Amino acid sequence: MATKKKREMIKLNNVAKYYHMGDVVVKALNGVDFKVFEGEFVAIMGPSGSGKSTAMNLVGSLDTPTHGKIYLDGNDISELSESDLAQIRGKKIGFIFQSFNLIPNLTAMENVKLPMMFQGIDNDEREERAEELLKLVELGDRVDHYPNQLSGGQMQRVAIARSLANDPEVVLADEPTGNLDTKTGDIVMEFLEKLNRQGKTIVMVTHEPELAKKHADVIYWLKDGELDKVTKGNKVLYRNGKKKKKK
Amino acid sequence: MNIDTVTLAFGNLRHRGLRSWLTLLGIFIGVTAVVSLISLGSGLKMAVSSQFGVSSTQVISVQAGGISGFGPPGTGVSDPLTTDDTEAIEKLSLVERAVSRNILSGRLEYNDRTIFGFATNVPDGKDREFVYEQVELEALEGRLLKDGDTGKVVLGYNFYTDSVGLGKEVVPGKRITIKDKKFDVIGIADKKGSFIFDNVVYMNNRDTEDLWDYGDEVDVIAVLVKDKDSIDRAKEDIEKLLRKRRDVKEGKEDFEVSTPESSLETVNSILSGVQAFIVIIAFISILVGALGIVNTMTTSVMERKKEIGIMKSIGARNEQIFFQFFVESGLLGLVGGLVGVLFGEMIGFLGVMGINSFIGSDMSPNINFVLILGALFGSFLIGAVAGIVPALRAANQNPVEALRS
Repeated sequence: MATKKKREMIKLNNVAKYYHMGDVVVKALNGVDFKVFEGEFVAIMGPSGSGKSTAMNLVGSLDTPTHGKIYLDGNDISELSESDLAQIRGKKIGFIFQSFNLIPNLTAMENVKLPMMFQGIDNDEREERAEELLKLVELGDRVDHYPNQLSGGQMQRVAIARSLANDPEVVLADEPTGNLDTKTGDIVMEFLEKLNRQGKTIVMVTHEPELAKKHADVIYWLKDGELDKVTKGNKVLYRNGKKKKKK
Repeated sequence: MNIDTVTLAFGNLRHRGLRSWLTLLGIFIGVTAVVSLISLGSGLKMAVSSQFGVSSTQVISVQAGGISGFGPPGTGVSDPLTTDDTEAIEKLSLVERAVSRNILSGRLEYNDRTIFGFATNVPDGKDREFVYEQVELEALEGRLLKDGDTGKVVLGYNFYTDSVGLGKEVVPGKRITIKDKKFDVIGIADKKGSFIFDNVVYMNNRDTEDLWDYGDEVDVIAVLVKDKDSIDRAKEDIEKLLRKRRDVKEGKEDFEVSTPESSLETVNSILSGVQAFIVIIAFISILVGALGIVNTMTTSVMERKKEIGIMKSIGARNEQIFFQFFVESGLLGLVGGLVGVLFGEMIGFLGVMGINSFIGSDMSPNINFVLILGALFGSFLIGAVAGIVPALRAANQNPVEALRS
């Protein structure tokens, strides 16, 4: 797999995200660093409440950090406006969600076309590309189906097609198999692997260690909002305690 | 991009079917009211004018004021006009002829049924011709009354079509009972399209005097002027004369002298009042409609929070989300307006057809394209303005929170 490439697609530099719930400050993410290189398949692992969803939102430019810096393809996106962030994620990031998040009153084709519409791509081109993408996820015969006419696996494949609409450099998958049975989940993961082989950078959030170990090159393990360890295969690249000792 | 937004907005509205239709009801009713009102416009005025029997431009009508009861024009007043007044008016230099008219009410029986009806007296000689001319009276069946006809009546058109409540049509040759006295029906008057003229019983002077015994009292004096250009001066002369005869000061008159023009003005001012009322109702309904749109769009933003989150996550900028909801809201208004225009024009069309068949006129429905475009644009604008706040709310959703909902 293409882990040797050194172009930094995503870099989190001492990133923290705090939420205020009344008088209480919840530290969802507290001083996390990590890097994702171009073409890597990275998993963010952790139990619920570990901060992995927050990390995913920050990486996906859906949210901005309380402090710290986030770089996407070398550009600092930590303090951009909501509209600028939208523009960036529309172009550079494709999202795949656990609950598919398709728009129910749009057909598979229309759902796939939507991200391109927001980028101002003309309809003919959108149509052509959406068709191509749906064929890629083997749903060429389901273009006019509405989400409620599709199975879970099919919906997730539509979501994969949609995530690729603007040919993003990074695909973020948040528990992509969480709502699917094992067999369907495997098919979805195969598609993600295939994308990765084609050079796409994949960041997957999951709470299933087996899934992460099976597919990811590097796994970032989060615990209580902090980076617990980073592993690559059986090798531990980093452990939280060590860093603390160094300090 | 704009076309896409509109297509998407249409899809969303269609998706919410019934709610969308209910939301645009207010705008629909308002626009229907305004459009049908304006489409009917002149037709309505003409129809009402004809009810008042304003046909000749050379006739002035005079009646006493100070109404002390209910009844037709000039009746039930405290200080009625008299035949002496009629004679005095006829002597004025600008006046060709003055005729005393009485409008009388009483029990009318036929077919074992009793109704409360109205009769009017027809004078003899030249005055008769004048009355027939003024009212443009012609016989549909049988004949009109002549001098010397006693115990005979001519009935208004509605008696012939059984629309007065007698349970059976009345035709020439039958007998009806008025105030316990029997009369032969000798004719039916042609349709006038006026409630007053089509429901009335025409009787010769002698019969009405016998039955009602009104002496020299007069309800209405119909005055024919010599020259229609001097009608206003004639009116002033009559007013002057009656002020003197009735000993009242200018501005304190207890009588009314009206020219066809002033009658029309009265009609028009009544109609303008009716129109203003309908316009107020229309605006209230449009306002309620706009509030309905605000409500629906606000609910829609809350319900579609997740969808907004999804759209943001796949690259929709705030202004794109705003525009999406803004257009949707405007479309709600526009569709309401469109249906309203269609219904309004339809009501206008049917109304004009109805008036045509009722008074036998030949008006064509008034399709005003400026009005239609104005109504459509206005409806879109109302919808869009109503949607601004909800659309802003949609645009400013935090994507993370929206996705979590």
